[in-house]
Amino acid sequence: MKTIFDTSVAGREGCWPCEGKSEEAFIPSDLLRRGDIGLPSASELDVVRHFTRLSQRNFGVDGNFYPLGSCTMKYNPKFTEVAAALPGFTRLHPVLPQLQGAGGQCQGALEVMHETERLLCEITGMHAFTLHPMAGAHGELTGVMLMAAYHKDKGNRKTKIIVPDSAHGTNPASAAIAGYTVVSVESVDGIVDPAALAAVLDDEVAGMMMTCPNTLGLFEKNLPEIVRLLREVDALLYYDGANLNAVMGKMRVGDVGFDIVHLNLHKTFATPHGGGGPGSGPVGVCEKLEPFLPISRVVKLEDGQFFLDYDYPKSIGYVAPFYGNFGVVLKAYAYILRLGRAGLIRATENAVLAANYMRKRLEKHFEIPFNRICMHEFVASAAEQAKTGVRALDIAKALLDKGYHAPTVYFPLIVPESIMIEPTETENKETLDQFIDALISIAELAATDPAAVQAAPRTLPVSRLDETRAARAMELTDDL
Amino acid sequence: MPYVPHTEDEVREMLAAIGVASIGDLFAEISAEMRPASFDIPEGLSEMEVLARLEALAGKNAIDRTSFLGAGFYDHYIPAAVDALTMRGEFYTAYTPYQPEASQGTLQAIFEYQTAVTRLLGMECANASVYDGGTALYEALMMAVRKTRRRKIIVSEGLNPIYRVMLGSYTSNLDLELVTVPHLDGQTDLAGLTAALDDDTAAVLVQNPNFFGAINDFTDLFAAARARGAVAVISAYPVLQALLKTPGEMGAAVAVAEGQSLGLPLSFGGPYLGIMTCTKEMIRQMPGRIVGRTVDDEGRTGYVLTLQAREQHIRRQKATSNICSNQSLCALRALVHMCALGELGLKRAARLSVERAHLCAERLTAIPGVSMLTKGPFGNEFAVNLPVNAFTVIARLTERGFVPGFPLGRYYEGLENGLLVACTEKTSEEQIGIFAEMLRGVLR
Repeated sequence: MKTIFDTSVAGREGCWPCEGKSEEAFIPSDLLRRGDIGLPSASELDVVRHFTRLSQRNFGVDGNFYPLGSCTMKYNPKFTEVAAALPGFTRLHPVLPQLQGAGGQCQGALEVMHETERLLCEITGMHAFTLHPMAGAHGELTGVMLMAAYHKDKGNRKTKIIVPDSAHGTNPASAAIAGYTVVSVESVDGIVDPAALAAVLDDEVAGMMMTCPNTLGLFEKNLPEIVRLLREVDALLYYDGANLNAVMGKMRVGDVGFDIVHLNLHKTFATPHGGGGPGSGPVGVCEKLEPFLPISRVVKLEDGQFFLDYDYPKSIGYVAPFYGNFGVVLKAYAYILRLGRAGLIRATENAVLAANYMRKRLEKHFEIPFNRICMHEFVASAAEQAKTGVRALDIAKALLDKGYHAPTVYFPLIVPESIMIEPTETENKETLDQFIDALISIAELAATDPAAVQAAPRTLPVSRLDETRAARAMELTDDL
Repeated sequence: MPYVPHTEDEVREMLAAIGVASIGDLFAEISAEMRPASFDIPEGLSEMEVLARLEALAGKNAIDRTSFLGAGFYDHYIPAAVDALTMRGEFYTAYTPYQPEASQGTLQAIFEYQTAVTRLLGMECANASVYDGGTALYEALMMAVRKTRRRKIIVSEGLNPIYRVMLGSYTSNLDLELVTVPHLDGQTDLAGLTAALDDDTAAVLVQNPNFFGAINDFTDLFAAARARGAVAVISAYPVLQALLKTPGEMGAAVAVAEGQSLGLPLSFGGPYLGIMTCTKEMIRQMPGRIVGRTVDDEGRTGYVLTLQAREQHIRRQKATSNICSNQSLCALRALVHMCALGELGLKRAARLSVERAHLCAERLTAIPGVSMLTKGPFGNEFAVNLPVNAFTVIARLTERGFVPGFPLGRYYEGLENGLLVACTEKTSEEQIGIFAEMLRGVLR
């Protein structure tokens, strides 16, 4: 399909009718750009058709089952979009509350923030939350910065952060970017082994980053022992909350002893992924870490008014220009109000039910390396199929032909030919069964006609794309 | 129960297939000592009830004010087509395009976005966006540190103070030195910045127009930086880039921008869009998603995420950054916005904004005691000196339904009387007239 730049016709006008005076009347010509920008000249209908056609070359949850392990692609109700699009929120300028006396003009927004923080504290058992981080990985970085500030304040000399091999790839990256050395711990039988952890623990460990359930979909049942071990060396325990969908109402990380947690509001509490963002990654902390949270903090005064407080001398400062991705926070707030206590618990229970149902039905057709009760996702392996030359990637592509987005493949790295499946709570049983049947039929085809699977996909706008060429030729814009 | 489709019979069938008696059995590994101490969340509400509550909260926010607030975040008109197209479920509910054959829409849109923003900023390469303009600036700084293996960063005080505070936070645990070169009555100190360059300098960071609205040409500074082996980084205002000399024309190595003004509502601070562009030479240092054009096995054109070996899911602690998502939907909004306005439309929006700001400056400085703070060229935002504290004036005018601008004393000591005033194409001549009269009244 042509790019919008290819279809441009010089002189064709878009949707801006008013003409201002020439910039030369106001700005010296040596400060002005030479020549055109190179944006398309197209009518509004040209633009509408172009992007409508582009959208038709995409899979989205509204049209396709998206069982992406580690990503929680559940259905997001539409009413949260209405809530977030209210002009009372969208037209609010973010520096307004920084003006003297103008905090009173955004009480509604501040109340949303305060209420959401209280709800997230109750859901996780943490003492305080900041909504500032703009994505899960941004929350991780904030969390590691909080660790650093805590240890610095205590005069601790800490240089290392422990990350299990079953963790998300962002965990070690976040720790490294914040200035720490990363120490990896190997899982034993799919989970963190306290003995293996004890072997790498020393006074230089600032903290440990854990994902629970981990990326194998398994519950880390040794958490109490892990917490005890870390306390002994004054190391903090960080919870990667990307998989919170598996434990809402069943476990609160604060109660278990975690010191810091980030949540992916967009995964657990509903914001569509938008092709990769925006998300929102609030961070919760235990009481001893509260003084270090980013500023501003929203506080409720005795008279019921809300107020942005910047006066926290030990704060790590600004991690975002304002209050995080407020529009995403709004959707999470609306979603939590809608589901309520029972709804959140029910979401978790059904996410776990669906994952175990699929695991059980697939166990005769695919190797399942840790085949026991899983949480909201599980990892299968195409190692058996790979013997005939059909790899996890081929199975993924064959699923696309059948109208399903593929599961996450080759992640986690610790399982060969991994296929990571997360059905979520919102898919009905017919869809789960049809998807399982599709996977089984691909496994059968792999045994009889591997080449047919390797040739997939054949029904989409393009077939297998040459990724090596893309990296080598580096055609990154229409001009380069 | 909302959004969970299973009937009781279906749940029973699924439990039987798993071989457990109840849903509770699925959580048996969570021992008693790990069970929640409480889970005191209010009971759920209907969709209608939730929306009524949110509408009531939205109603507590004053959005009926006439506003001259900018400070890096601007209320430009957004064509209706932007919402209509970006809300399409196929875009809106899609994931990061890891399966390119099923995501050609998202991928081609990102490729077109990369093309549009590199053309706007006169640069060679772009990523598919980071969180916001401030984190883009921080990521640019880190690109420079990786590239040069040096530790000194020169920062202009004309850079948005909100971003300067962010940079301080992000680098506090790293072995880097931030050197701030003060502004000169709101003008960027080009000579001071040039003099601060040395052989230990990783990057020099400037903004155009600067926080006070002043427009500069950084060509000489960037040439001096390059001669010293330092990386020239500029933060630009994308709407005005339709008119202004581009970062590329000035010789910048990395150009970033807050993309909010390209089709994103102000939305109380987010989600926004961090635009990041660079020269081809810097591409392997750039974090985040990048889309490349290629062909499929039948020779048809297609698009994929590329240069992924820099990323955290492959390189873990050796990745160029920890960024895992992008602001893809925001980038799509910016692209559709630029396409809907088109070449001419974006220029006209910029021109009108500049014209209104100059009219506003003329009217305000006609008031006795009010003078321009910066003396040089400006675009759609400018700073004035008031005869009194700007906070007081703002408080008085805000009560009357006018938000006159941003008080420079909030971040700059000694500029307590400074007021930063922004206009866009949405600002009417009539509003400017009323504003000037009200300010005259307050100062009388």
